[in-house]
Parts: sequence; structure tokens; C-alpha cells
Amino acid sequence: MSFDLIMAQLFAGVALGAVFVLLSTGLSVIFGMLGVVNFAHGAFFMVGAYAGVFILALTGNFWIALAAVPLLVGAMGLAVERFLVRPLYGRGSDYPLLLTFGLGYVLVEVVRILFGSDGMPFETPELLTGGIDIEGLGYFQTYRLFVIGMTGLLMLCLWLLLERTRYGLIIRAASRDPEIVAVLGVDVRRVFLLVFGLGTGLAALAGLLAAPMRTVNPEMGVTVLIEAFVVTVIGGMGSLLGGAIAGMLVGIVVSLTALFMPEMSTISMFALMALVLLVRPYGLFGRGVLAR
Amino acid sequence: MIRDIAPVQIAPTRIDWPMLAQRWRVPLLAVGLAALPWIVPSQALAVNILIFGLYATGFNLLFGFTGMLSFGHAAFFGAGAYGTGIALARFGIGWFGAIGTGIAVASALALLIGALSIRSRGIYFSMVTLALAQLIYYIALQATGWTGGENGLRGLTVLTLHIGPLTLNFLDPTVKYYVILAFVVAALWAVSRLLNAPFGAAIEAIRENEGRAAACGYDVKRIKLVAFVLSGSICGLAGALNALHLSIVPIDSLSYQTSGLAVIMVLLGGAGTFFGPFIGAAIFLLIEDVFSLWTVHWQLFAGMVFILAVLFLPHGVWGTLVSWRKGREP
Amino acid sequence: MDETRFTIGRRALLGGAIATLSAPALLLRAARAEDEPIKIGFPTPLTGPFGAEAKDQVQCAQLAIKQFNAAGGLKGRQAELLVRDDKLNPGEAATRTLELIEKDKVACIVGALSASVQLATNEVTKARGVVYVSISQSDAITAAPDFSRTTFHEALNPHMTAGAVARHVFKPGMKVAILLADYAYGQEMAAGFRRAAEAIGGVDIVLEQKHPFGAADYSTFIPALRAAKADVVCICNFGRDQANSIKQAVDLGLKRQSKIVVPVLLYNQRLAGSADAFEGIIGGSNYYWTIEDRLPAAKAFNDAYRSETNGNTPSDYGAYGYAGVRIVLDAMRRAGSVEPDALVHELEGAHYETYKGPETMRACDHQAVQSVLILDSKAKAAMKTPSDFFDIVAVENGTEKNLRSCADLGHTVAAQ
Repeated sequence: MSFDLIMAQLFAGVALGAVFVLLSTGLSVIFGMLGVVNFAHGAFFMVGAYAGVFILALTGNFWIALAAVPLLVGAMGLAVERFLVRPLYGRGSDYPLLLTFGLGYVLVEVVRILFGSDGMPFETPELLTGGIDIEGLGYFQTYRLFVIGMTGLLMLCLWLLLERTRYGLIIRAASRDPEIVAVLGVDVRRVFLLVFGLGTGLAALAGLLAAPMRTVNPEMGVTVLIEAFVVTVIGGMGSLLGGAIAGMLVGIVVSLTALFMPEMSTISMFALMALVLLVRPYGLFGRGVLAR
Repeated sequence: MIRDIAPVQIAPTRIDWPMLAQRWRVPLLAVGLAALPWIVPSQALAVNILIFGLYATGFNLLFGFTGMLSFGHAAFFGAGAYGTGIALARFGIGWFGAIGTGIAVASALALLIGALSIRSRGIYFSMVTLALAQLIYYIALQATGWTGGENGLRGLTVLTLHIGPLTLNFLDPTVKYYVILAFVVAALWAVSRLLNAPFGAAIEAIRENEGRAAACGYDVKRIKLVAFVLSGSICGLAGALNALHLSIVPIDSLSYQTSGLAVIMVLLGGAGTFFGPFIGAAIFLLIEDVFSLWTVHWQLFAGMVFILAVLFLPHGVWGTLVSWRKGREP
Repeated sequence: MDETRFTIGRRALLGGAIATLSAPALLLRAARAEDEPIKIGFPTPLTGPFGAEAKDQVQCAQLAIKQFNAAGGLKGRQAELLVRDDKLNPGEAATRTLELIEKDKVACIVGALSASVQLATNEVTKARGVVYVSISQSDAITAAPDFSRTTFHEALNPHMTAGAVARHVFKPGMKVAILLADYAYGQEMAAGFRRAAEAIGGVDIVLEQKHPFGAADYSTFIPALRAAKADVVCICNFGRDQANSIKQAVDLGLKRQSKIVVPVLLYNQRLAGSADAFEGIIGGSNYYWTIEDRLPAAKAFNDAYRSETNGNTPSDYGAYGYAGVRIVLDAMRRAGSVEPDALVHELEGAHYETYKGPETMRACDHQAVQSVLILDSKAKAAMKTPSDFFDIVAVENGTEKNLRSCADLGHTVAAQ
């Protein structure tokens, strides 16, 4: 087992971990703040990729797509929260679960009707093609380096938003005790609305960033949903830091098992999750008592 | 309190339909199911409604009555199916013994997964069950020699059943339906008895408030584990019957989609009700069957039905019917 | 499909009204006159990742039905295709097949697109003695214990396909690495490459890297393949897995150091993938439309398809749908009957030509012995039309020599 092979494998793991982090953040934010398990998360991921295809075909510019897709799909998320999820608050977490499950079906089918069930290619943006070949260290694909960078930047922005702004303070407070926050004169419903939009926007961004690495197809959100759950649960649902650490951990574990025991590379993720939960029943950074 | 007692005094002769249905629930459901093959488009579909109705009933025991949302019940459905299938295909055990093997395997697995997962609560309980069920899935996928792997387990076709002096042609769809119905009704009777017994009161107490149930002197952990195992063994029976019905065991029996199916069917029909799981299973499978003949975009309509059901039928189809009747009482 | 909907509605209504009286319903079912159409059940995964392939299979199968009916049917009896969505799920496929046999009383079943689905369908048809023509790749279905008297396999199988590609690409002294999906299809394809490498001799298989079936990210499997520094990398997976893994292998620089070959170069995956990712990739196929320049049968098939679809060209898996339905219809006409025994008698050992040159249905295992095309994926600049994807670089004609022997498959002479 040569050194550069292990290096390449670790790099692959970190790049994969970055995708996992992106994936799970949106899910985690929505769960942590709203107590809603969003089963349509994978579908929003897929919609993000297709929205990217659409905007790219329209403008021919990846960077415009990168800015527009989260806003577009985030706006869709706002509508979903306002008209579908909002009537369900206070009815227990099973209801949003079933509703978003149904929504996932609808979104996948609508995409099949609009774009066909074949799937479509998504070229890596011109600027980010190719890679860096470092002798003795391995080959690093530019686009994956870019995804790692984007993930880091995004996590930093989110952290600043939630921990360092007045708005973040309100969001955190509303997730702990919405009634008190409402009494203090804050429109909690608007906070929930924006958090849901933020979560779906993040899912869409993850889908767009994943599109040039994978092909775009209507079913691309299915496995992704399960992966996002695993990462979120390992990190502790609702914990931003936990999700980031768990995402990287899962990426590296999956990558190294792919090298040493390829048959076990998918199962390793679930074994890790089972192991973590048996030792820490609420995940690595989860709060013992749930908000709702 | 007074309003609760009043109708009984004013109209003592009024027939209390929900109560009556409750008392005669097993015979009622049995008669309804016996007529099913002549109501739905095909007998194969009717058998599926039986099997998935039973599967959802087993799941409902844990979710609807005990309040524990498992995302891993495919493990027990699949264990029942593989237990039966392997007993038939690899060991040549008779069909009756094979069903017993399936239930035993599913129950043993439920004991193991239950013991590990009831330590956590809420969404974490759901996730532990999901993780462990996924482990079982991948183990079965790898153990090709036993399970047939991705190709599925074959070679377990049962052609004839020998029951005492009787010889039945199991390939005849009508015979197959009523044989499977007999097992389903027996299981329903057992579930009904269980719910009427003190155990039923205990699990509902846990669902309503775990802390209070513990304070009342219930051994909460133990009751939860027993409920988990019973639920698992009923789902195991459903899996065993499915293996006999399809004469194959697909690896999908163990997939998380199968776990999700139980959740969807129960929520659609009405969690914590006796008839709900069957009604949910029937609606789901009928939508799938009828819509998929009509359009390849059937998932669009299926998804919309879920959304509308959640928004407008908060207690599931049956649960809403029941509360609507109750609401109309003076 | 409208006809089917009507039947369901009528049945449901009738059934509801006379739920207690089963006798009339039985009478309805018993009504089977000679002038009723010949029904052929066609389960195929209309929903799910192979929706496009399935749609094309249906299109092509309908073409075979139309031609049969236009030629007078079977002594005036018309044929009819009952399409059912198997959702790529073996359990669903088994249910649909049961329905088709028990309720619709089909004369035979043709179809399926994945190995597990065809094996499930086969399990149901074989217990009931119904003829089944499988049109998806599998080595298991023609071997004991899955094989039965009524089981036929019109598609290529992994042994033939991988073997043909290997015989075209492998040269003594080469280093070969294999990336395979860890399930029956991938393993059978890898085994095909391995056996062919042994037969050629001097080919060194340096690495067999497995990946889980349905993986979305292949970046973790590529470093080991790069480190193997092989001359040829064989990627043995199907559908989305193929498009995804090729894309990522190319992105991660694998194509610059190794030749990438696949056992089956899929028309629809090339359509969904990009020309750049696929450029220069070599693979096998049962059919590619430009073969019409060499084969009149292919020209006739393409022209018929074009006139049905406003000038489109049929895909590889679509062509299987045509051939599968066509061979049973032809057998019915030859036998003058739709009875399973007569069909088996006509099909077993038959020599025929439907869309791609001569084929033989080998008697011992009911495998269609047929040619394999070796395709090379074109660069974007070299494409003359939007569906001009491949060059046909070689055609390996069908011969029993390239199949596993009857004894190897578990068929003894006495069993026939």
C-alpha cells in the first residue's frame, strides 16, 4: 500500500465528506429549528441540480446558476412551508414526515415530466476542469478542491449568521422555546418560514455542486436522502458543528473502507451510525432532550 | 363529565356503531377480507393487500399503540421471508414448518434489534432501527450463498399443500388467497386479544406518557421490548406469507423502502386503530395498481394523495371516520 | 392501455355488485373464445431509472405486434400486448406476472430489464408452465436451477458480451484492471472478462475492484485503479452506475493512462452522459442502428421503427423488445397454436432472423446464439447526427464456441 494511494484515498474521502456536509446541513437546520424531518430533502437536492441544468442552458454561465439556484429553490421552499407544512405545526412530527414524503414523489415525477427520465449530462465548468498532479502525492481534481472550499466557506457563513447576528439569536431562541419568543413580540412564523427556505436552498446548492461530479437524473436524491440522515444523526440532529464533523468522518471512513474492504464501503456508514448511537444515543453533538 | 354521560341516559337504545364495530372487529375484518378478491382488480393484488395489511398491523402495534416510530421494520418482514424461503429452498422443510421458521427468525431478530434500540427515544429510536435494518440488508446482500443476493432467493415454489387428508393446489389463486387469509385472521385475532388484555392498556399508557406509566409501576423497558418483539413477529409472519405468495424473496423485502411502506400505510389508514392498517394498505396498493395502469406518472398522483391525506385527514382515513362519527354524537 | 383501464373498471364494478355471488364472475372468466385476441404479457420498468429503455422496449414490441396483425395474425386471430409496469422491483414483477397469468390469461410473457426481475418473473412462469422470453442480460437464467423448459433468453448474456469485448481488446502481455458492481450482473461480466483473458493467455489481471451496486460517488474507487497502472480498465456495471462511474473515472484522470472498456455500451446512457466522457470508450452491444448499412434485416427494422416514430432510431434494449415478441409470434404462426408445448417445440433449436442477422435458439439452454457488435464511442466533433454515437469497429458472429457448454450450465443430455 503506497503512500500516495493512501493520500489520494484520504483526499477522495475529504471531498466526499464535503458533499456529505453540504447535504446534511439543510436537513439538520430544518430539523433543529422546526423539528420537521424533511423527507423531501433528497428531492430538493435533485431539483437543485435540474434547476442548474435549466439556468445553465439559459445563460451558459455556471456562476450565475450557482447564485440563482439556491434562491430559486429556496423560494420554492418558502411556498412549501407556507402552504403545506405550516398547517401541520403542533400535530406531531409524523405529519410533516408523511407530507414531505409525498412531496418528494411529486417533485421527482414533475421533473420526469419536464426533463424526461433519462438523466442528462452536466459539464464541469471550464474554469474548474482538470486537476493538479503532484508527484509523489497524487492527483487532485480541481473541481473537488473547489467543492471543499465552497463547503468551508458556506459553513463559516452559516455559523456567523446563527451565532454572530441578531437574526441568528432569534432563530436559536425560537427553536428552543417558540412561545416565549412569540410573547417577546417576534413573528415566529416568519422565522420558521425563512429557516425552511434556507434549508431547501442549501439542499439545492448541494445538488448543483454535486451535478458536475455525478450525472443529473430524477433519482439522484434517493440515496442522498439516506446519506444525509446518517450524517445528521451521527453528528446529532440540529447541531451544525456535529454535522460538519460527522460529514467529514463519514466521508473518510467510507473512502478508507473502499480501499481496504470495497464490499463494505456502503455498509460502513451504517455500521458507524449504529456504533455511535449505541455509545451516544443522541449523536456526537446532539442535545439529550429534543426541542419538540 | 356530565356531557359524557348524558347521551347514554337520554338514548339508551341508540346503537353505538363504533363500539359495536370495536367488539366484532375480528369477524368484521375477516368477512370484509374474504370478499376482497371480488372487489379489487385482481387476486394477486388482493393477496398483497392481505399481506401488507398484516405487515402494517404488526407495525401499528409498535407505532400506533406503543408510540414508537421504527424505520427498520423491513428487517422483520425480510427476516420472516428469508427464514421461510431458506427453510423451503435450502432445507426442504414443509411449508407449515417453514412459516414457523420465518416467524422464529423474525422474532429472534426483533429481540436483538429491540434490545439495542429501545435505549434511545424519539427520532433517534427511528434512526437506530434504520441503521440496524440497513446492516441486516447489506449482510443479506453479501451472503449470496444463503439469500441469492441481489438476484433474490428462488426455488421455493410451493405447488400443493397437504393439510391432514386434504390436498390443495396452491397455484390456484383462490385457494392461495383463502389459505393466506386463514393465517392473517389468526394473527388478527391474536392482536385483538392482546390489545384487550392488560398488556394493551400498558402499551397505550406508555404511548400517552412514559414517565407516568413508569410511575404507575409499569416496567416500561420490558413492556416496550415485548411490544417490539410481538410487532416484529407479526411482521415476520407477513414476510413469510409473502415468500409463499410470490415464490421468491427479493432483496427489496429488507430495504428501507419496505420500512417506509409500513409507516405510510399506517399513517394513511389511521395509526392506533384496528382497521386503519388494512385500509391504508388497500388504498396505497390500489392507487399504485390502478394509477400505474393508467399512466407512467402514477407517482405524481400517489404523492398528491399523501399530501391531501395529511392536510385534510389528520388521523388517517379510518381514524378520521371514527372521530367524525364521535364528533356527530350529541 | 385504454382497453385495460376499461376492463378494470368493469371488473371492479361487477365484482362489487356481486361480491357474494362468485358464479357469474367465474362464468365471465371462462369466456375464452377462439376469436379473442392472443394476449402477450409485457412487464417492463416504465417508472424508475430505466424508464426510457422501457418506453423504447414497449414501442418496439408494439411494432412486432402491429406487423403480426397486419400480416393476418394467427388464422385471423389478432395479437395484443398487455404492458405492465414492474417498477424494476422483483416483488412487483412477480405480482404483475401472476396477474397477467391468472386474470388476463396471457399466452406468454416477454420482458424484464434487470437480472433480479427476470429471475422473479421466470420463477412464476416456470411453476405454471407458461412460456417466458427474457430480454435482459443474465447468465443464471439459462443455467440450472433457474432454467426450465418454458424459459427462453433472447438477450445476450454476460459471458458472450464480455467475452467478445475481451477478444477484441485484450492482447497478450497486457495489464488489465476490473471495476465491478458487487452483484450478479457485475460479477458475471467480470467472470466473462476473466475467462476470456485466460483463453487468450498472457493477460495479467492486476486488480479487481468492487463497488456497491447503485453507488453515486466513485471517487473512492478510482485511486486504486490509477495506482494499478493497467493498460485496460474494464468497468462492469449497468445503467446509471455506468454513466456515473465513467464520468468520474474520466474526471479523475483515469482515461489518460488506461483504455476504458465496458461489456455493454448502452445507447441510453450515452444519450444521458456527455460525448466527452464517453469518447474512445469501447464496449459490446446487441444492436446499433448503423448496422443497417450491412444488414437488410436491420434496415427493414429501422425503417419500420422510423415510420412509427417520426424518424427516430431504435435503441439496443428496444430492439430486444422487438425480437422477444417477434420470435413468439412467429413460433405461434408456425405452430398454428398458442399452446406452451407447441411454442416450446417451435422455439427450441430454431434458426431465425428478426432484426440483426441470423440467430439460433440453442436447444439445451434456450439461449439465443447471436452476434455481438463492438462499438467505439465517437468524439463530439465526429458526430454527424444527434444519434450518431458509435462506430461499429467489429462484429463477432454468433457461434456456440463462445457460449458456456451445456454441461457447464448443468444441463445433462438425459434431461432434455
